[in-house]
Amino acid sequence: MPSNKSVSDAPIVQFTNCRILRDHQLQREDLWVREGKILNPEKLFFDEKGSADVQLDCKDSIIAPGFIDVQINGGFGVDFSLATDDFKSGIDLVSQKILSHGVTSFCPTLVTSPPSVYHQVLPQISVRNGGAHGAGILGAHLEGPFISKEKKGAHPEHCLRTFEAGAFQDLLATYGSLDCVQIVTLAPEMRRSSEVIQELTKRGICVSLGHSVANLSQAEEAVQHGATFITHLFNAMLPFHHRDPGIVGLLTSDKIPAGRRVFYGMISDGIHTNPAALRIAHRAHPKGLVLVTDAIAGMGLAPGRHTLGQQVVEIDGLNTYIAGTKTLSGSVATMDTCVRHFQEATGCSVETALEAASLHPAQLLGIEHKKGTLDYDSDADFLMLNDSLYVQATYIAGEEVWRQDASGM
Amino acid sequence: MKPLILENYSQASEWAAKYIRNRIVQFGPGPGRFFTLGLPTGLPRDHPESYHSFMWNNFFKHIDISPENVHILDGNAPDLQAECDAFEEKIKAAGGIELFVGGIGPDGHIAFNEPGSSLVSRTRVKTLAMDTILANARFFDGDLSKVPTMALTVGVGTVMDAREVMILITGAHKAFALYKAIEDGVNHMWTVSAFQQHPNTVFVCDEDATLELKVKTVKYFKGLMLVHNKLVEPLYSMKEMGAERSQSKKPYSD
Repeated sequence: MPSNKSVSDAPIVQFTNCRILRDHQLQREDLWVREGKILNPEKLFFDEKGSADVQLDCKDSIIAPGFIDVQINGGFGVDFSLATDDFKSGIDLVSQKILSHGVTSFCPTLVTSPPSVYHQVLPQISVRNGGAHGAGILGAHLEGPFISKEKKGAHPEHCLRTFEAGAFQDLLATYGSLDCVQIVTLAPEMRRSSEVIQELTKRGICVSLGHSVANLSQAEEAVQHGATFITHLFNAMLPFHHRDPGIVGLLTSDKIPAGRRVFYGMISDGIHTNPAALRIAHRAHPKGLVLVTDAIAGMGLAPGRHTLGQQVVEIDGLNTYIAGTKTLSGSVATMDTCVRHFQEATGCSVETALEAASLHPAQLLGIEHKKGTLDYDSDADFLMLNDSLYVQATYIAGEEVWRQDASGM
Repeated sequence: MKPLILENYSQASEWAAKYIRNRIVQFGPGPGRFFTLGLPTGLPRDHPESYHSFMWNNFFKHIDISPENVHILDGNAPDLQAECDAFEEKIKAAGGIELFVGGIGPDGHIAFNEPGSSLVSRTRVKTLAMDTILANARFFDGDLSKVPTMALTVGVGTVMDAREVMILITGAHKAFALYKAIEDGVNHMWTVSAFQQHPNTVFVCDEDATLELKVKTVKYFKGLMLVHNKLVEPLYSMKEMGAERSQSKKPYSD
């Protein structure tokens, strides 16, 4: 069909025979893509009198926005908290491998480390678009070192720090640069944390509460100063208590500033949280749930010993512990496994499960106008999944960057 | 005219769809042009209730029509009358309308030719009657102030020039209009009655729409259903027949 498109001559691809996730529902609609963005076919039809150049039959797949992992410490033998010589190729390897898990954008996460590590590693992380080379990098997630000693979890105690001396200046000196930092996890009960939270929020950095013994009012104060995320809810914080719910109480707090939403990360690998606890959190505050993997270097590899920053961890099946202890340290779950487990454990709809890994992280980072949805003019980062939510193909900017091959590898 | 009385809305719709399918096959795969009619003015193109959105969501996106062959009156054109005149020209240039498909309003109007419209009118801007505005309020959350008050529409005369006309009438609220259309005389207060003077009209109704007709009328027309149903039997598809046109003779005349 001759098309006299007036806006652009770039090829238009029409994905047909699929169900797309739009407006929180799976709809039987075609997906139109041009120049790496989702295209509005009605406008194309009436305004440009254009039509598709290529039509692809998706064989009744589900098409969902690509997953966004905001907490991933490494994988496939690569540890983001280790300042190695080939750090850049390590991050490239992980970003390429996670395409098969459906992740199209991620925040490489660094656990508590000595300042030298931050100074060496952070300049090597740059915000970049995804593509055939791998998932896009949205910015680093710095989990620590300004966290509580009592809830350090797998983080090395000798590297923990406080804000006593110079508050924000001290933070800046520790990290070196905040240029490509997207999220910082800290413990809000620490003195002078409020001013730090305000400074970080002013710079557009998302502040997350975690590895903390804060009570509910301290947590609420932190939110009022700008905090918007909770790092792996339930883990590394005080347990819910009916007279002081602690950080967990933020899910139903009435002191959240108007127009703001508190998001919370959940590692739904079946190990970090009992499914019943996962259900309680989900039911209390479904719109804030963000699925994260908290994956470590051993993810994707055979069980055995691997590193997590300054620590050695042992992997046994799906369990990952600090070597010789029963302290959980990260996970080896993949994002698509987390999505499936979340859907099974909570019995929620497919749409809800998919949004917890795409829309909600995008909303957390304030990028939902271009990522995390299949709305018109969004970046065309999407996945084709079968009905059991196994990823069949991954697309970034409208190009296929990974496909499940016939042998089912 | 040929009245078709089907049991309910879905059956009436299905019959009409099959009839249109057959007529398209009979028309042949030529440069079939498609004209759409009647568009409320003042609505932006992508308003969910604009005709563009309606036609896109309910028709165009499901078929392989080429966008150049779609002609919808543009309610946002700077010179509305010029837009209407150009529309009439385009119809002439395409060789005239082969089949016009439409419904009727509770006040018996065809397209937006409200009561009092000239029966020889052409495409023009019409002010909408209160009845029509009320009927359309449901698309605007019941807020009367949001409903457009003017519309571009093809005229009664424009539709009468079509070689064949099919009117769909379903629901009890259309029953009185149907009665006025076929059992009473030709009258500009019930513009759809003009088709009594058209050589080739099909009225597709459901049972509820016949509630105001005489029992005698309904029985007579139901008796013709056996013959009428031959009109929707599947014809050879265009692909099977190759480039040949299938027989264009109709099984019987009016």
